[in-house]
Amino acid sequence: MRARLFILTSFCLLVLFSACTRLVEKADFTFINGVEPESLDPAIVTGQPDGRICLALFEGLTSRNAAGAIQPGMAERWEISPDGKTYTFHLRDTKWSNGDPVTAHDFEKSWERVLNPNFVSKYAEQLYYIDRGEEYKLGKVTDFKQVGVRALDDRTLEVRLKNPTPFFLDLCSFTTLLPVHLPSIAKWGDDWIKPGKLVSNGAYQLEDWRIDNFIRLKANPHYWRADTVRLKIIDALPISNASTAFNLFYAGKADMIIDKSLIPTLLLSEIRQQPYFQANPFLATYFYRFNTTRKPFNDPRVRQALALAIDKDRIVTRITKAGEQPAGSFTPPGIPGYTPPAGLELNLAKARELLAQAGFPNGKGFPKFEILYNNSELNKQIATEIQSMWHDQLGLQVGLRTQEWKVYLNTLDSLDYDVARSSWVGDYNDPNTFLDCYITGRGNNRTGYSNPEYDRLVAEANTLRDPAARMDKLKQAETILIERDAPIAPLYYYIGIALFDPAKIGGFEPNVVDEHPLRELYRRN
Amino acid sequence: MFTFILRRLLLAIPVLFVVISLTFLLMRLTPGNPFSADRAIPPAVLKKLEAKYQLDGTLWQQYTGYLSDLARGDLRLSTKYLNRSVNEILAQTLPVSATLGSLAFVIALGSGVVLGSYAAVHQNGWQDRAAMFTALLGISLPAFILAPLAILLFAIYLPLFPVAGWGDLDQIVLPAICLALPFAATIARLMRTSMLEVLRLDFVRTARAKGLPEHVVIFRHALKVAILPVVSYSGPLAASILTGSIVVEQIFKIPGLGPFFINSVLNRDLFMVGGTVLVYSVALILFNIVVDVLYFVLDRRIKLDS
Repeated sequence: MRARLFILTSFCLLVLFSACTRLVEKADFTFINGVEPESLDPAIVTGQPDGRICLALFEGLTSRNAAGAIQPGMAERWEISPDGKTYTFHLRDTKWSNGDPVTAHDFEKSWERVLNPNFVSKYAEQLYYIDRGEEYKLGKVTDFKQVGVRALDDRTLEVRLKNPTPFFLDLCSFTTLLPVHLPSIAKWGDDWIKPGKLVSNGAYQLEDWRIDNFIRLKANPHYWRADTVRLKIIDALPISNASTAFNLFYAGKADMIIDKSLIPTLLLSEIRQQPYFQANPFLATYFYRFNTTRKPFNDPRVRQALALAIDKDRIVTRITKAGEQPAGSFTPPGIPGYTPPAGLELNLAKARELLAQAGFPNGKGFPKFEILYNNSELNKQIATEIQSMWHDQLGLQVGLRTQEWKVYLNTLDSLDYDVARSSWVGDYNDPNTFLDCYITGRGNNRTGYSNPEYDRLVAEANTLRDPAARMDKLKQAETILIERDAPIAPLYYYIGIALFDPAKIGGFEPNVVDEHPLRELYRRN
Repeated sequence: MFTFILRRLLLAIPVLFVVISLTFLLMRLTPGNPFSADRAIPPAVLKKLEAKYQLDGTLWQQYTGYLSDLARGDLRLSTKYLNRSVNEILAQTLPVSATLGSLAFVIALGSGVVLGSYAAVHQNGWQDRAAMFTALLGISLPAFILAPLAILLFAIYLPLFPVAGWGDLDQIVLPAICLALPFAATIARLMRTSMLEVLRLDFVRTARAKGLPEHVVIFRHALKVAILPVVSYSGPLAASILTGSIVVEQIFKIPGLGPFFINSVLNRDLFMVGGTVLVYSVALILFNIVVDVLYFVLDRRIKLDS
């Protein structure tokens, strides 16, 4: 009996020691990054946590600085043709983390990879601004030579665009347009993103990656401005539980929480008062969709009336409470050169009048309908609040319907809802990333909304070379979208939240794109 | 005994087959697509994805294809964590869960047996009441309350242990205890009841009559018989505790398999669900065989082949 017990105990201890892997070196900086990245292939990733790591590993033709502004990256300079459609990038003389030179061919081939009809990338549309990019992806053009991207020599890349796209330099810093090291993809296949195999051209290289455990980044000595990268070893922790994230931060085991969903909501009002609470406006909007294919929501007066009866101030002061601003427009403020329209503000008299005009005086005869939301405490609180606003002010019978995330997405896509909660995060610093969603037939439309005038305005705007005239057209389009047709009702603009001690960590600046490059961070001593 | 084990192992094959088939069919019938995301996916991309993950064709083709891959030991790719196979995820996470789980298992079993026997020996005394009160507390406190409490007390107010994480030895203490406590409590109650019964049996009276010291009577003679209900409880316990705990692993940020049991379903990560179900079923079957063998070892009156 005793001998058996001894064997059992020693076996357990053996297992214990073998599975406990100690990290040899302590990281210079540890941050909590949000959920576990789905991938680190920049051509594939869609999530913010994934993108954050990709942007530390890879660098595009352009890159963002701490303030979120576009600056030269792999391209040291560029020329834009007078019609705004041809960009000539001049690459700097720099190397991949394995010592191979970074060439214009790398960019051409990386973009060809994304546009290849057989390659699955949910974000390939980001390359549709390139002449014939979309046609190539859809198989209408089979010869990549006809697509508007060409390496003139090792250091010169010429890009021809469909339209003058004023945000193209912004896009060049975006994950989908980052270059990848094709020889290692050819060698390793799908495994190329694993530690020890991944070759990168950005400020960091991938040292280690354990699923749901950590990602370790190590400064890349071949990076062109390696001398400016001050944090040499960075650990990114994937955490999906807000309390755990905050515990680690509070106990000093993590220097920064960078994901806004990882702040415990119960503690929010207290955390907001702390010096380590950092918030910045962010290009993202929380909004409600109306199913415009369903009666009575096919009537714009009904949609306007519902939008006019929402007290958005109440939602941000009573529910979200982190300092969010109520949203009038779909496009958040803060995009250079663009002032979004005011949108529909709380106006109960007008809401009742419009509802009466639509044939439902005091809500009489209005069918009972449901607000659909994906399961979360916040969504539920907001839906309940709006339910009571519509019931008390307009006399409508509103039910709530909650669905698990994947089911909810399915319901949205099949337009099987009346009113639904949604959010949208801008990909680049331009109204187009928002307004493009509601063009007829777009995958992200999800409301059945279609207005040829709106489509025309957005399309025309994107052919204009003059920025002011372009923004003006976009504003006209957005005015139609949120004030006249109202297939959506914006509720509030998100804010980006990070927790860190600004007395200890520098190089983090608030910016609307909510991108905070790791290479810019440093410790204050 | 070997024919017994062999027979049970062979019996496991149809059981696993049914489990896998049901899992696959139910997952395919559940609304929600593994590939749907915040941003709409163009239909052409969706088609490519379905082809890549062999989710195109008829349900029957998908099912038979999956079965034949499983038969070859290929659990396929995760649809959520791109470029990662289910085999790889299991290989990274299962050892972590098993490490934490085996420690918790030892704690649960050790403390439960000792506490339960102690309470039984001092039946109706204050020791008994104190032990059973502790056990009741352990059963009533779910891990999602126990774990944050433990962190607050022993990691934040009294910084004895780290708040979370994995890799250092001190990081395993709090989660192992939090994981073990509810099971220890159940075992203690089982043990107490069973020990009380056994202490009234003739062979215990004989042992005492022989003049053996009380601790020998209890630990050499009574325990061997009294522990049998605990042994049968340990089988399913070991299967569930070693394959990971959803709550404890999430709260302590332990990179184990536990959270995958729920998240893979929420993400409609079809083959990952298959993987977790498979791991759990295999563990359950194996530990139940171990239990039966242990029964035989502990109590020679039991015949395995009958």
